[in-house]
Amino acid sequence: MVEADPGYAGVLIAVLGGAIRVGTPFLFVSLGECLTEKSGRINLGLEANLIMGAMSGYGVAYLSGSAWLGVLVAGLTGVVLGLIHALLCQQDKVNDIAVGIAMMLFGTGLAFYLGKPFIQPVAPRLPSIELGAWSDSPVLRAALEINALFVVGVILAPLMAWFFRYARWGLLVRTVGESRDAALAMGINVNRVRLYATMGGGFLAGVGGSFLSLYYPGSWNEGLSSGQGLMAVALVIFARWNPVYCLYASLLFGGAAALGPALQSVGITWGYYLFNAAPYVLTLGIMIATSSRKQRFAGMPGEMSNI
Amino acid sequence: MYRLIESILIPVMALLLSLLVFSVFIMLSGSNALEVLATIYRGAFGSWFSWQNTLVRAAPLMLTALCTALPARIGLINIGGEGAMVVGGLCAAVVGISMNGMSPMVVMSAMVITGMLTAGCWVAMIGALKHYRNVNETISSLLLNYIAIAIMSFLILGPMRDPATLNNPSSFPIGEANMIGNIGESSIHWGLVFGLVVCIALWFLMRRTSFGFAVDMTGGNIRAAQISGLGVGKLIIITCFLAGAATGIAGVIEVAAVHGRANLSLNSGYGYAGILVAFLARHNPLAIIPVAILMGGIRASSGLLQRGFDLPDATTLVLQGIIFIVILASESLYGRIKWLRPMAVRHG
Repeated sequence: MVEADPGYAGVLIAVLGGAIRVGTPFLFVSLGECLTEKSGRINLGLEANLIMGAMSGYGVAYLSGSAWLGVLVAGLTGVVLGLIHALLCQQDKVNDIAVGIAMMLFGTGLAFYLGKPFIQPVAPRLPSIELGAWSDSPVLRAALEINALFVVGVILAPLMAWFFRYARWGLLVRTVGESRDAALAMGINVNRVRLYATMGGGFLAGVGGSFLSLYYPGSWNEGLSSGQGLMAVALVIFARWNPVYCLYASLLFGGAAALGPALQSVGITWGYYLFNAAPYVLTLGIMIATSSRKQRFAGMPGEMSNI
Repeated sequence: MYRLIESILIPVMALLLSLLVFSVFIMLSGSNALEVLATIYRGAFGSWFSWQNTLVRAAPLMLTALCTALPARIGLINIGGEGAMVVGGLCAAVVGISMNGMSPMVVMSAMVITGMLTAGCWVAMIGALKHYRNVNETISSLLLNYIAIAIMSFLILGPMRDPATLNNPSSFPIGEANMIGNIGESSIHWGLVFGLVVCIALWFLMRRTSFGFAVDMTGGNIRAAQISGLGVGKLIIITCFLAGAATGIAGVIEVAAVHGRANLSLNSGYGYAGILVAFLARHNPLAIIPVAILMGGIRASSGLLQRGFDLPDATTLVLQGIIFIVILASESLYGRIKWLRPMAVRHG
């Protein structure tokens, strides 16, 4: 069937596979952003975590020979960036959106600076699980080659939803995010909870970055991350601050981003560069459709006034 | 007086601190920090040659900084300078190419006007989305950057491409006669004059007219502005339009003064560096001029650093990033420097 009609079915399968591949970094970054925003703070600097994670993960994987060590280091790099972000934001009169932009510029520059030696070498890739082994179709097999990190992300999303709903610490994060005053009255150290939430979010975003360099596209170069970190912010709004919806939203965005390459793979090359804009247009469209002048977003943490 | 001293002292201290942090960073990566700083200075301001390099880079920065600075005055954090520059440059190139053969003065004016109008509308859209749909302007402006870049890649690598340009894909040329030339014998193009004039004009508008006062009032307290009967929506859209129009000129310069055609270098980071310039100048159009020259200098020294120390070209990006972070952190110092306080009391 698939071989008989490589046209539209091929595109569909390629988009599906692409949704999983391209969507995985979105998933991790949006889960990270979700965690940070639930504590009432926005981190626009996750782009930096993503690209620094990609660079450090690739570098460490190359030097140590272990891709998983690379993932861990990428996460830890994200923790450090989250720490800087949180410490800056808790100062008086410091705007967290502006800090995010500054972190983005700083992290990008730093990643390019430190990553210069790693552009050439080849690091070990993350292993993948071949769910398509039963099929004869190479297209289908390629599409169903699912990376282990994606599986981790799929498990993590409901786990995080459970965390926010039932775990003591999850409730703590939500309290701080809903009302700073109520949290203060309860004797909670608001800044510390936000610090941990930002660091945790940074970890996830860093791991998402390592996926970029260690699996897909699977090498380190300076054009690796192109706004996914900031799109994650829009994605979290779209997902209504619900980690499980973050998973669906990531797949949707990944699919949109995979559209151009998928069409190209079946020979439709016209407008390839225009299709590159698909995820951005989709994000903007969703933002326009779901925002409202009159009311706040459903599910939005009370302390988030900026979005 | 107190305000003025504070607004000069704090950024200067922050700059010095960033240089210190940068020096530590350079030492950790095994180069001599003092020599690196001296090289940056030489590459930026050491000779007439480097001054020309610096000013050529400062010109677009002055204009792209306005893209963040003006909306910031009305309370929006817009980072869409990169996209606005691309849109302005691209549309100016379309006009320039299609009007080739007409009187150069007409073509040049048409290019500048087109660049201003299209980029102005592009950014006004961000303001309108914010005002009418409450779409976060930071995110929408970033998304529009990527959309602009995708449209540019499509046009320059597709329909607009001059087949003769193999290594550096570009559009057809706008024609030698239609290019905005250099000032006198120097290698500085007239874009610098555009930058200076626009910055000064917008400073006047923002600080010396009732329009500017209304903008600042809206930025300070939007509810109060609404209650006093200001048309907040109109103010936001006009401010964003002006910001975009200024940035569009940067794109026109890139096409009409630097390359003579539109190519992918329209997206070379001037828009993003402009955000830093705007914050460093605390969104004051007049202060943008010296800050843009300073940042232009840092960018100009990049080549010398690469050759002299074998440092990656991202070194100056790191320096810019450090400056940005320290400057933001220093915001919390305003009004809190104790030994400056007595002056405030004395001078009122």
